[in-house]
Amino acid sequence: MNPLVLWFHKLGSPPYFYRFAGKWLPWLYALALICGAVGLYGALFTAPADYQQGDSFRIMYVHVPCAWMGLFAYLFMAANGFVGLVWRIKLSETLAMASAPVGAAFTFITLVTGSLWGKPTWGTWWTWDARLTSELVLLFLYFGVIGLYHAIEDRRQAARAAAFLALIGIVNLPIVHYSVIWWNTLHQAQTVSLVGPSKITPSMLWPLLTLAFATHVYFFASVLARSRVALLELESGKDWVRALLPATETPHD
Amino acid sequence: MTDFFAMHGYAAYVWPSYALFAVVLLADALAPVFARRHVMRDLARRVRRAASRKTP
Amino acid sequence: MKPGSTSAASFALLRRDLLLVWRRRGDALNPLLFAIIVVALFPFALGPEAAVLSRIAAGTIFVAVLLAMLLSLDALFRSDLEDGSLEQLVVSPHPLALLLGCKILVHWMTTALPLIVIAPLLAQLLQLPDKTLPVLLTALALATPLLSLIGAVCVALTVGMRRSGMLLTLLVLPLIVPALIFGAGACNAAQNGFAYSAPLLWLAAWLVLALILAPLAAAAALKISLT
Repeated sequence: MNPLVLWFHKLGSPPYFYRFAGKWLPWLYALALICGAVGLYGALFTAPADYQQGDSFRIMYVHVPCAWMGLFAYLFMAANGFVGLVWRIKLSETLAMASAPVGAAFTFITLVTGSLWGKPTWGTWWTWDARLTSELVLLFLYFGVIGLYHAIEDRRQAARAAAFLALIGIVNLPIVHYSVIWWNTLHQAQTVSLVGPSKITPSMLWPLLTLAFATHVYFFASVLARSRVALLELESGKDWVRALLPATETPHD
Repeated sequence: MTDFFAMHGYAAYVWPSYALFAVVLLADALAPVFARRHVMRDLARRVRRAASRKTP
Repeated sequence: MKPGSTSAASFALLRRDLLLVWRRRGDALNPLLFAIIVVALFPFALGPEAAVLSRIAAGTIFVAVLLAMLLSLDALFRSDLEDGSLEQLVVSPHPLALLLGCKILVHWMTTALPLIVIAPLLAQLLQLPDKTLPVLLTALALATPLLSLIGAVCVALTVGMRRSGMLLTLLVLPLIVPALIFGAGACNAAQNGFAYSAPLLWLAAWLVLALILAPLAAAAALKISLT
């Protein structure tokens, strides 16, 4: 069998994934921390102040990566949710549910830092334009998924129901992304493009990309950490989990 | 230096943003640590109870 | 109609549900009362000045209707779940989506239709200009089935939960916000003399989409919740 396919199948086994994630977790956190520090240094010190917004534009370095991560986390959650619903893979269900609170956290940071940026720039803490409204709806979708997951007793059924809800809500993602193109919004249109040149000067761009990378790495670290704990809870009856308990007494039951 | 801390007048907006970023992500990073402690403590309690029930 | 056929089953389900609602028609009036009370509270809170009230009239009526429908949505599957007939529906040889479509139709007929009938009364309470009323009724006629359909999917996900009250609202809210924005938006546009056909057409498009997809999604969600 193809070694990659074999590894993929092995990864679906909870004890294997637990060990795998545990091995990589410290490295991921370290990478996120280092890249984050470098990016933050660039954001606060080396990036020149914006000629219109002055130093308030530095909020962008926190606001934009979190906004990107809020959307990415939802996509990750929905994709894993889909796999979990169709193929009933326990790990996919776990990863999907683990990414919900992280995505919600990023979306929350996006909304609040956006509000803090909007006050000096637009003169208002909040406006009901398409981008802000759809981002708020995204936060409510996250809360709905998390709430539904915690309301059902059986963890696997709960994950499936919440994953189903996440898939229904995925229609909001293109709305958030294209809101600044489809509607006349107060929020500015995009300046950074995945393909083609970006409308932002390089000295301002590199801290943004560095922080975007750092938040991605952090996201995966957080999801892996939460998934490990979720697997411990899910598999608490199994031997491999019991073996992890501090060996005070070893009853065999 | 003071100019940097005052962010040329925008300090009230910039520093809370960065602080929120740090605090929320720190809380998110610590959550699995506490959750794991809770789960393992629960499990240990259950194992002890099951063991004490078996030994007459 | 051949007994045992799918159409016979659907009609039987429609008849049964309508009969059940009729037997408790007092309860079925609760959403109506709720909407009237909510709407009536606004003049007390904002003052009786017609100019102020007519500005917010369409949106307020929309929100009141939405909330009233959410109240009765909770009970969509409750009694069937309690006596076991919900499971019978799921394992029956007839397409579950169609059967759920019938239940959703009954919900809309017994909750939304009365609300649309009293909408002119609500409009008068909030001094809605007469020219806006037809647009309001059209927008409600398009948005309320959307709410029943989308709400049914969310209820199917939370079926059987004892303390689901606020959770259901949390689930439905993000999904129904576009219908609210466009429905109330059409009314406000008409009130201010602007073109209002675009939002109504969007509502109609989503309604057609939801008519096909929502019963299927609700059936899938029900199967997930009942396993």
